[in-house]
Amino acid sequence: MRKSIYIHVPFCEQICHYCDFNKFFLENQPVDEYIDLTIEEMKHTVKKYPQTNAVETIYVGGGTPTSLTTEQLQRLLEAVPKHFDLAEDVEWTVEVNPGSAGTEKFAMMRKAGVNRLSIGAQTFDPELLKAINRDHKPEQVEETVRLALEAGIQNLSVDLMFGLPDHTMEQWKNTLRRAVSLPITHISAYSLKIEPKTVFYQMMNKGKLKLPEQELEAEMYAFMLKFLKESGFDAYEISNFARGEALSRHNLAYWNNDEYYGIGAGAHSYVEGLRIRNHGPLPKYMKSVREKKLPYLEIHEVTFSEKMEEEMFMGLRKRLGVSKERFEARYGQTVQKAFPGVTEDLKKAGWLCETPERFMLTEEGILLGNEVFEKFLFASD
Amino acid sequence: MKPEDRINRRDRIRNFSIIAHIDHGKSTLADRILEKTSALTSREMQDQMLDAMDLERERGITIKLNAVQLLYKAEDGKEYIFHLIDTPGHVDFAYEVSRSLAACEGALLIVDAAQGIEAQTLANVYLALDNDLEILPVINKIDLPSAEPDRVRKEVEDVIGLPGEDCIPASAKAGIGIDEILEAVVKKVPAPSGDPEAPLKAMIFDSLYDPYRGVIVYIRIMEGTVKPGEKIKMMANDKQFEVQEIGVFTPKPVPKEELTVGDVGYMIASIKNVGDSQVGDTVTHAAKPTAEPMPGYRKLNPMVFCGLYPVDTNNYTDLREALEKLELNDSSLQFEAETSQALGFGFRCGFLGLLHMEIIQERIEREFGIDLITTAPSVIYEVTKTDGEVIEIDNPSEMPDAQQVDHVREPYVKAEVMVPNEYVGPVMELCQRKRGDYLDMKYLDENRVNIVYEIPLSEIVYDFFDALKSNTKGYASFDYELIGYKESNLVKMDILLNGEKVDALSIIVHRDSAYDRGKIIAEKLKNLIPRQQFEVPVQASIGQKIIARSTIKAMRKNVLAKCYGGDISRKRKLLEKQKEGKKRMKSVGNVEVPQEAFMSVLSMDENK
Repeated sequence: MRKSIYIHVPFCEQICHYCDFNKFFLENQPVDEYIDLTIEEMKHTVKKYPQTNAVETIYVGGGTPTSLTTEQLQRLLEAVPKHFDLAEDVEWTVEVNPGSAGTEKFAMMRKAGVNRLSIGAQTFDPELLKAINRDHKPEQVEETVRLALEAGIQNLSVDLMFGLPDHTMEQWKNTLRRAVSLPITHISAYSLKIEPKTVFYQMMNKGKLKLPEQELEAEMYAFMLKFLKESGFDAYEISNFARGEALSRHNLAYWNNDEYYGIGAGAHSYVEGLRIRNHGPLPKYMKSVREKKLPYLEIHEVTFSEKMEEEMFMGLRKRLGVSKERFEARYGQTVQKAFPGVTEDLKKAGWLCETPERFMLTEEGILLGNEVFEKFLFASD
Repeated sequence: MKPEDRINRRDRIRNFSIIAHIDHGKSTLADRILEKTSALTSREMQDQMLDAMDLERERGITIKLNAVQLLYKAEDGKEYIFHLIDTPGHVDFAYEVSRSLAACEGALLIVDAAQGIEAQTLANVYLALDNDLEILPVINKIDLPSAEPDRVRKEVEDVIGLPGEDCIPASAKAGIGIDEILEAVVKKVPAPSGDPEAPLKAMIFDSLYDPYRGVIVYIRIMEGTVKPGEKIKMMANDKQFEVQEIGVFTPKPVPKEELTVGDVGYMIASIKNVGDSQVGDTVTHAAKPTAEPMPGYRKLNPMVFCGLYPVDTNNYTDLREALEKLELNDSSLQFEAETSQALGFGFRCGFLGLLHMEIIQERIEREFGIDLITTAPSVIYEVTKTDGEVIEIDNPSEMPDAQQVDHVREPYVKAEVMVPNEYVGPVMELCQRKRGDYLDMKYLDENRVNIVYEIPLSEIVYDFFDALKSNTKGYASFDYELIGYKESNLVKMDILLNGEKVDALSIIVHRDSAYDRGKIIAEKLKNLIPRQQFEVPVQASIGQKIIARSTIKAMRKNVLAKCYGGDISRKRKLLEKQKEGKKRMKSVGNVEVPQEAFMSVLSMDENK
């Protein structure tokens, strides 16, 4: 089943110190042509891999999609229903940087069909915002939420980060308090991870980055779990929290190991059992679409074993974990059979628990997710 | 060949090697000589041709000997046959240098025009003089702005006693002075002197293992003539072989119909056994042997020992094969099987020095693809037990319990350090700290001093070389020789992980420095061993007494971040990398210990 689309807008007006996504400074980039070409790519893509279902989730991410002008963004958004059949109740998310979208842009988005925003707040501490090189002020998050609601977009998510350089527990508590005080439906909260090719990576190698110890990070996570629960947010995934039914259906598609289209420079797709990565650099991506080719850098046919591995290491991120029935339906065998001894060992370690229907991480297992996921990789030789 | 042709040919042969300190430009000069003597077309010419192995190239040092035949048309119109024997430039390889020198009649002494003579070069010069070689001094790098050829010329006169006016100014890099050097080789290096018609007498000065052809023996013919098909024997063990092929290196191996007096080349004779091609041995004819073998080479014994263990225990046999092959190439390497509780089956290996140890370790990992764990190096201690028995141990874990030890003696070296004036203070301080006994200090000229100490070898092995370099901004040069054993107040220090003694981490230390070393090691291990699922105490102990302690905290949080944009492959790669990383660790008790940890007892920065 393939019912999701990811669209990548790789432009930013300022580059965050931690960001290793495919992104470019907006200035002097051929933005208009890029939009034309992503629309071209949509056309080629559905031709090559026809839809099996109506599209149920769309996610426009970046980069900074809202760094486009209203007119540019409109052209991109309006092209989607022209090339894809959308379901009636499609969840359509656009990533928004606080301060980069106002009444006009939101109204256009609403009109185009967007019904969910993911707002990159990261932290409400002005010093930390500076330290990670975000170009907005804390108040602009509240402003963005207000304007979005006024424009009629009600399903709002806020992105937060913890474990930032010199991050204190007090700062983190304040950020969480301010986030839950907003009329939003969803919170994503990730701990900072230093990736190569970022400013932070450079700083770390020079010993100029003081990151919190694992102990503090674990405390921050524990506090968040407790606090968000009290505030009515349900932890349905390791890093994702929803009020009521407002789960991110798009991200669930990844965690459920479902297929999706990926459009744009550096975007990833999972279609017909193939994991595909598009060219990241703009000239390469654009040249190849201009020449009426699909801009693929890498195509990997996912093997049966890999599918099972991914089912586990993605699925266990959800609080509901991996459904036994679904696993058996997909792979014709039980989890225990596919991974002999693994579930037993992990249960013994106290990291995994089992109900008649499912396998899921324990609270301790959630904190040490990588240790658990790793066990579900088959020996490489 | 007719007898008179052989004599005529012999008189046109010049065998020489190059003596130089690291970085003084030996390889570059060798390249220039190869170019000038048209041994290679320029297409074949790779920079620094003689340093064949990757590893050598990377480290910029020459490990294996190479013997190349070159043809040189001299100014007198005659064509001369040169054999250039390349020598290693590091103190660990003094033995290999001595072998190659014994195969020559002359040596080029390369001295850097800016840095002058280094202590180590001096040691090799004396080796060359011992072997009665004609020494031709070359002052290299005269094109450098910092060159001081006159000062260096005077130094050559003062220190070595060679006439300064004989020094040839040159720049191998810029191609200056190369012709003068080649002419000097023709005129000053004596031709070989043996009788080509006498019984065969050939010295083995190196050997190399080829998987298809067996052992390839490098020989220098001193007397007589050898041809393919002849029966030869090794004089050390009387074993006989039939010569299959003989030839010379140009530097490619080129088969010849005979090798005769003065020739330096190779011999292949279906030799399969390691022990049958001992370096230093004499090869002669089986039917008509020479009366006396060549006077013996001074074979040095290994001074530094460490355990080598495969990370993956299944690779034990592969490791044995790798060591056996390396031993063919490297007569100074020794090994025997040993077992460690922590690391399983492995080998106790003996090396000439630390660099030698590192090189062997790297070659095993690189050329044979075996991941290794190396334990901290040790020397041979002589332990007298209370019952009067004297035992020798090269592995700290063999040290008897303290109650059974009457006293321990350890090897000492005479260390000579040559430094510019201003570093005398720091060097003496370092030598004192390393438990050294002052012997002598000599001014070589206005600003160079030779300082002599007796220092325990174990301190040299530990980090003396690094400390010396950092204390003298790299200006010091250093040479040492073993002088014997002295009694010391030594104790065995054990390391415990999670309460369990890890035998591979035990070291023998002087009682006075045990506390400091214990503290440094405990701290170092804390940082090197990644967090485990539980808290792991790290302890250093002498007998039952804990002298230092640190704690590796339990892992608290390790979970993947964002997966926006559906980049699943990347998550997979991260998890795979994590899993792979664990495979490279050794499980000791139930603690996962990375390779570096086992070396940590060695490499430590005392200044931190």
